[in-house]
Amino acid sequence: MAKTLFEKIWDRHIVKTIEDGPSVLYIDRHFIHEVTSPQAFNGLRKRGMKVLRPAQVVATADHNVPTIQQHLPIREELSRKQVEMLVQNCSDFGIELYGLGHPYQGIVHVIGPELGVTLPGMTIVCGDSHTSTHGAFGTIAFGIGTSEVEMALATQCVLQSKPKLMRINIDGQLQKGVLSKDIILHVISLLSASGATGYFVEYAGEAIRNLSMEGRMTICNMSIEMGARGGLIAPDETTFAYVKNRTFTPKGTDWENALADWHTLYTDADAVFDKELHIDAAEIEPMVTYGTNPGMGTGISQHIPSLASIPLNEQANFNKSLQYMGLRDGQPIKGQPVDFVFIGSCTNSRIEDLRLVADFVKGKKKADHVEVWIVPGSKQVEQAAMDEGIDKILMDAGFMLRQPGCSACLGMNEDKIPAGKYCISTSNRNFEGRQGPNARTLLASPLTAALAAITGKVNDIREYI
Amino acid sequence: MKQIRSTAVPIRDENIDTDQIIPARFLKATSRDGFGKNLFRDWRYENDNEATPRKDFPLNNPKWKGDILVAGKNFGCGSSREHAAWAIRDHGFEVVVSSFFADIFRNNALNNFLLPVQVSEDFLQHLFDTLDADPATQIDVDLEQQTIRILPTGEQEHFDINPYKKTCMINGYDDIDFLISILPDIEAFEKKKS
Repeated sequence: MAKTLFEKIWDRHIVKTIEDGPSVLYIDRHFIHEVTSPQAFNGLRKRGMKVLRPAQVVATADHNVPTIQQHLPIREELSRKQVEMLVQNCSDFGIELYGLGHPYQGIVHVIGPELGVTLPGMTIVCGDSHTSTHGAFGTIAFGIGTSEVEMALATQCVLQSKPKLMRINIDGQLQKGVLSKDIILHVISLLSASGATGYFVEYAGEAIRNLSMEGRMTICNMSIEMGARGGLIAPDETTFAYVKNRTFTPKGTDWENALADWHTLYTDADAVFDKELHIDAAEIEPMVTYGTNPGMGTGISQHIPSLASIPLNEQANFNKSLQYMGLRDGQPIKGQPVDFVFIGSCTNSRIEDLRLVADFVKGKKKADHVEVWIVPGSKQVEQAAMDEGIDKILMDAGFMLRQPGCSACLGMNEDKIPAGKYCISTSNRNFEGRQGPNARTLLASPLTAALAAITGKVNDIREYI
Repeated sequence: MKQIRSTAVPIRDENIDTDQIIPARFLKATSRDGFGKNLFRDWRYENDNEATPRKDFPLNNPKWKGDILVAGKNFGCGSSREHAAWAIRDHGFEVVVSSFFADIFRNNALNNFLLPVQVSEDFLQHLFDTLDADPATQIDVDLEQQTIRILPTGEQEHFDINPYKKTCMINGYDDIDFLISILPDIEAFEKKKS
């Protein structure tokens, strides 16, 4: 029987299925971090359980770490205690930790792929909704809650009902200056913040095939922003070239065997999806969000929708959102001044993102009134940026290069945007208060964000390159 | 849990994300307790100050109280933080009613014996209007029968729940106990897989 890529991986990982209930899904890799794991370890202790397969668990500290002076003890007491608890838990339960100061430390969804821990065909979970990022490698990867973190630690399994399947095809070629971030913001604006709930999404089509692994990770990363359980892309030569020779990638005969298997990971020609969409890549513009959920995005040349164009029963929410953002319905988004620029997060903090930004800003200066934070996704990204001289280009432009962590994506540490200020951000969420109480977030690609840093406003990158 | 009969608190907003339910800055705790006081923190208080509650926010309005939270569609979207379910539970709610739930939140709620009741958009809007008109309206949620009923009028709707999860909710079983009970199967699966 013809199978989708998702079904091929799913079927290989089912331990058993409960009658009238979910399936027991075996998990190959489990990533943990300091924020959503402490209660899970407490639960294990209460039950007197061990971690079943510590070698399949990888830990890092990212959500709650400072992004300056990481060599010093964390100043904020609760944050410090949480990070210390991760160190203690990993030591007690025999889990490898890439904590602060370790050359592999970084955002969990950046380090997994760059270390070769994430490999095609795997099932991957983490107590973080952006675990869908790893789907870029042809994996079933999704975020879980802390109770499920405890399940995965204790039994290397979680209970999951098989989701419905959707394929989104991005056909043809992108315009110059349009990045993978624009693709996914465009898709979410079409489907809404809940349009893919209950589905796992496979991304396909020429424009997806042409993306680098970094670009594919950005797409899969934001699957959750339209409600999808996860997103995935069939592995191909681009995937295999990225994975080869990474720190934990199989080597020698193991590599050959793995590669042969990975070549079977694709959706069969006559496999059927519950829903299928086709989008013309050439129609996608650089995108910016204007509201308080990631579905409220628009092409850069468009105006914020007029109130009259919004269905009656959604107008109250629409108005509340624009009021929070301090924007008017029907106004153009181009020309909107910004106060802060944040380039970072598990969506866009990889070396390719920093290279794109550096290429564009080389020899330019930031606008005087704008503060620009660049937060690399990992110690390895930071090191590569230094090796390539990217750090110098960014600093010459007046940008601040900080140290790896989740930072202003969720404002858990001190990297917060002040109330009322506008931040153009390469992260994934523009929720109220996400980047700090009453902060106003405009989501965009790294190039659109870099352009805003230089011009001080939201502008159309296509006019500048 | 089998049946809840209570008044309800309506929050009409749609797409309520888990950052609103419990903002990230409160996720530094390492236990499951005490999140209720920061539930909807930035919608409940002006300038993050408990001395200045926002009077127009339903949780601050004494006319609405009860064990049932009623909220607009796509409730619990965004971050996977289970702290959102803990905060709602810790505040005292046992049921959340909406016309649509985000997947991860639904799982997190069920794992904490917080019952997500998904109703039609029409029923939800009618429920909002009813609670606006009479905040003392009693709502009956019957898990055994899988019905939600507006008591004074008898209007009701059926809701879906996975039969396995229903059994867990009614009997207080949790998934971890189940998974631990099948560890021999899991180990056999690992042998076969490798």
